[in-house]
Amino acid sequence: MLSPGRTISSRLLRPASWLPFRLCPERTAVNSMQKELIKKHELEKDELRPLYMDFQATTPMDPRVLDAMLPYQVNYYGNPHSRTHAYGWESETAMETARKQVADLIGADPREIIFTSGATESNNMAIKGVARFYQAKKRHVITTQTEHKCVLDSCRILEAEGFEVTYLPVQTNGLLDLQLLESSIRPETSLVSVMTVNNEIGVKQPIEEIGHICRSKGVFLHTDAAQAVGKIPISVSDWKVDLMSISGHKIYGPKGVGALYVRRRPRVRLEPLQSGGGQERGLRSGTVPTPLAVGLGAACSISQKEMEYDHQRVSMLANRLVQKIMSEIPDVVMNGDPEQRYPGCINLSFAYVEGESLLMALKDVALSSGSACTSASLEPSYVLRAIGADEDLAHSSIRFGIGRFTTEQEVDYTAEKCIQHVRRLREMSPLWEMVQEGIDLKSIKWTQH
Amino acid sequence: MAASTRSQVISLYKMMLKESSRFPSYNYRTYALRRVRDAFRANREVEDPKAVERLMDEGEQMLALIQRQVKIKNEFQSETDRLSCWQGIMGNKTMKRRGMLLY
Repeated sequence: MLSPGRTISSRLLRPASWLPFRLCPERTAVNSMQKELIKKHELEKDELRPLYMDFQATTPMDPRVLDAMLPYQVNYYGNPHSRTHAYGWESETAMETARKQVADLIGADPREIIFTSGATESNNMAIKGVARFYQAKKRHVITTQTEHKCVLDSCRILEAEGFEVTYLPVQTNGLLDLQLLESSIRPETSLVSVMTVNNEIGVKQPIEEIGHICRSKGVFLHTDAAQAVGKIPISVSDWKVDLMSISGHKIYGPKGVGALYVRRRPRVRLEPLQSGGGQERGLRSGTVPTPLAVGLGAACSISQKEMEYDHQRVSMLANRLVQKIMSEIPDVVMNGDPEQRYPGCINLSFAYVEGESLLMALKDVALSSGSACTSASLEPSYVLRAIGADEDLAHSSIRFGIGRFTTEQEVDYTAEKCIQHVRRLREMSPLWEMVQEGIDLKSIKWTQH
Repeated sequence: MAASTRSQVISLYKMMLKESSRFPSYNYRTYALRRVRDAFRANREVEDPKAVERLMDEGEQMLALIQRQVKIKNEFQSETDRLSCWQGIMGNKTMKRRGMLLY
């Protein structure tokens, strides 16, 4: 690590002062400036931006989406809720067009779509809103253990308010057991929340069957479809879904916008989270950000046109990546069901290798282990724990995300580097040596020193 | 209005490929080239002149979009952004020579 006194830039900036470092305010200000320069210097030295293979965290904006948004950022800047002048009317037209585009993608009516600030807000609205509206008679909510943090946190808040929440376990392949779900539904259940495609392991839940179960029992079904919308065909009428969360920045749209589908027939009532002027059917007050909404609409309509092309390509690339890695190195486990999945999200566990060190080694590929929301903590991902992965396998898992803009060369490069570094790290691992000699690691009694 | 001739279609194709290759970002560039090529290939067999006219209009609009976007992206690129993994080692011309640009 460079010491602050040693770089060229710091030599130019260090003031002549006889006070010790801590007491001189100029020194501390200069110190932070030095740190910034050092950081910039280090980043520029590399000069290589890593390959982007983290499409579940976020996606780059499609140029066609940006092209649709720019006129509304620059020229047509009116508030869509202004009724009295042309600026308002043109913004409103754009917003309604975008609403129709989102609705067409999921097979809904435009009046059932509400623009929000993202899937997190949509999830909060759906879970807290529905539970609180029906709380007089129904105080039970069902969800799964592999949901997104915002769903689990909303349920925790509901528990603090006096609701009862059942967190259903999933099987080892990541899928929900339908018998278990059916037996968990009680007369006082108001809502079941199951995500369509998991963001960490890519598993696709059988939402159609779950929808039928919930409809037959008179329970609302909410699904967090942030990772599924625009990637797999969705029909809210066929699936009998009552509430669905959509995220803009997962489908090559802008960040900061999402949508919530709220069914009108049979009507789903929500208690609004955000109070105000009654926009968006009174369920989400606040000015709708026209450029972002237009971007979301454009992203949805592009996804609808490109769905088959993208799906074929992503499946081909995913197969290529997995085949390459699994054929070259042994002891690699793919987390999640191999069939019931979205192909673009691949979560691999490399035995006898530490996940963080592999991520650091693969520094010219942007990957993640677990979801972006949980990457700050040192705990292994709760999703992997829920599917029953061994503690050591859960620590060594990497998530590869493949999307519309990934190329064959990127996939080949990632696979090669992954193989190379896993081999290198395994050479250094004493556990790997023991396994090679045939010792069963589970039978070892580790002693304290 | 005369139906689009074969040469018009081919010249639109070439212009779109030329514009697409000017994206500074590796991912956008390869996507645009690949998508344009696959779209023209998929519509190779279309005979109905009205359909051809409609597709050509769409193509013209896409060409204008690509031109606008290329201009914007070039304005906002900084020196360091332009280099992605192997492009730091090889430049655009070398990549084309080695067949890594999808034409």
